[in-house]
Amino acid sequence: MSGSLARSLREYRNHRAGVVGLAALLLFVALAVGAPLFVTARDLSAVYAPGAPRQPPSSHFLLGTDAYGRSMLAVTLWGARISLAVGLLATMMSVGIGSLTGIVAGHFRGWVSTLLMRVTDWFLVLPTLVLAAALASVMHRGIVTVIIAIGLTAWPGTARLVRAQTLTLEARPYVERAKALGAGDWHVMRRHVLPNLTPLILAQTTLSVSAAILMEATLAFLGLSDPTKVSWGTTLQLAQQVGAVSAGDWWILLPPGLAIVAVALAFTLCGRALEATLNPRLEGKG
Amino acid sequence: MSTAASLPVLSACGVHVTFPGRRGRESARALDGVNLDVYPSEILALVGESGCGKTTLARTLLGLERPSAGDVRFAGVPLAYSPRSLRTYRRRVQLVLQDPMGALNPRHTVYEAVAEGLRIHGAEALGSFGDEATKVADALSRAGLRPPERFFPRYPHELSGGQRQRVVIAGALVLDPQVIVADEPVASLDASVRGEILKLLLGLRDDSGLSALVATHDLGLAWNVADRVAVMYLGRIVEAGPVETILRSPEHPYTRALLSVASTAGGNPPVILSGEAPDPSHVPAGCRFHPRCPALASGVAAAAGIAEACRSVDPGVLPGGRGAGVACHLYPPSS
Repeated sequence: MSGSLARSLREYRNHRAGVVGLAALLLFVALAVGAPLFVTARDLSAVYAPGAPRQPPSSHFLLGTDAYGRSMLAVTLWGARISLAVGLLATMMSVGIGSLTGIVAGHFRGWVSTLLMRVTDWFLVLPTLVLAAALASVMHRGIVTVIIAIGLTAWPGTARLVRAQTLTLEARPYVERAKALGAGDWHVMRRHVLPNLTPLILAQTTLSVSAAILMEATLAFLGLSDPTKVSWGTTLQLAQQVGAVSAGDWWILLPPGLAIVAVALAFTLCGRALEATLNPRLEGKG
Repeated sequence: MSTAASLPVLSACGVHVTFPGRRGRESARALDGVNLDVYPSEILALVGESGCGKTTLARTLLGLERPSAGDVRFAGVPLAYSPRSLRTYRRRVQLVLQDPMGALNPRHTVYEAVAEGLRIHGAEALGSFGDEATKVADALSRAGLRPPERFFPRYPHELSGGQRQRVVIAGALVLDPQVIVADEPVASLDASVRGEILKLLLGLRDDSGLSALVATHDLGLAWNVADRVAVMYLGRIVEAGPVETILRSPEHPYTRALLSVASTAGGNPPVILSGEAPDPSHVPAGCRFHPRCPALASGVAAAAGIAEACRSVDPGVLPGGRGAGVACHLYPPSS
């Protein structure tokens, strides 16, 4: 196992875009984790804001100030914490639900599969944003709600993908051999199907993190997140509320917006590189 | 021969397997009444062309496929399909597949692949062996991989085709089965290693009293390893008997055709079967071989006055057992 891991690492290093994405990602995570070192509670206070509202970038506030007079640099840095946390946790939830549904639907044929896939299809055709907005509005307003809303709506794609791969894996002769050895459903799923699904699930995870971060920003922008928490989405929502868009206060809009694009891009680059590394059929391409 | 050895260890009794047709197509009768007995310490070759039902019969005997009629018997007891009794059955009858690369999970080491059966069956499968590693080592060396410890950490892709097939065989042997069902065990191997694997099967029969059912399309292989041969055509056994009888003096026109293309030394011109390939969803009336039968086409059947019977009367299902038998109107069963 360690040998194949080393091989995968070497292979990954050949994907320059993937390396750039990974470096950017590590930087974002380091900044998010280290944010309390640079940003104090006072920096984020709307009442005791350190500067005048909506000041353009200056030597004192490198990225200007927002509608309350807080430094945009501090707000953007702090926003990374919520955005990344929501992105990662919601992805874990959606990939978890999706993988479980996919494996079970792919392993047990017949009515179990039909039932699970009809539920999946139902979630798939439902407008994700509307469903997430509905969930976020009926549940207690907060970060956990946002995570659950995203997690509950983003899984059908993963489920479809995992089911398809499970079906091909179940047709492999080693699964037949395991059954002849007396293996039960649990053994086949855990020892044969799941390990061979890992590359796909990993790649799917990185790809859905960027989607989850975008979704969090969207929900926050629509005012469905916790307004007291600073995230990139709530920052944009505040900017929109006070008319920063029509006033042309670009410095309030650009930092969180660009941050969202950058993180989503970094995750996507990592995901593509991982996919190419771990999928033997894509080896040497992309 | 003792009395115990005269009872079949594994039998198919009137086994039918039907696969439902999709979207209004007729269902396929993959097995259409098969009686077959495997006796202790014997290798039985099941010969037939692709699509004749060899693999379905192998899967049914392993309990991986449920017969739609008839039953599979182990030591005379019909196989029950509850998870618990299947589990016990799995330790008695084991499977060896055609493609050893596909039969081994690429992410498992040799040790994990061989120990898999032990882990599934738990402590009861260890028998007199104290721990898993000794048992795995024993199975590997019985399958001819010595010293076994050297193979423990290897991955399938690091082994040769013959070594992989030995790992698959070791994985079956580790459960101490009484019967091995091998589906084309050497078809995907180089000619040079085929002999070694067949020798291994013969050695296991002689040393451990193992029985084997070897499904193959290769009559030469049957000649080399088998004690008895059963020839299958379109879901039925059409001729069965001791290997000498079947291969030296075949009776069924289908067996003759198979033999004529297999042996180059005989000097007889090969019989090329005409007509379309058999389709289990459209089994011909009368004798199922009659549309392609050279004896019917050449007028031999007409001369014997049975041509009408070939087209309309089913020659019936051969009984199991050790004796020779043929399902052909040219050779009516002697009473």
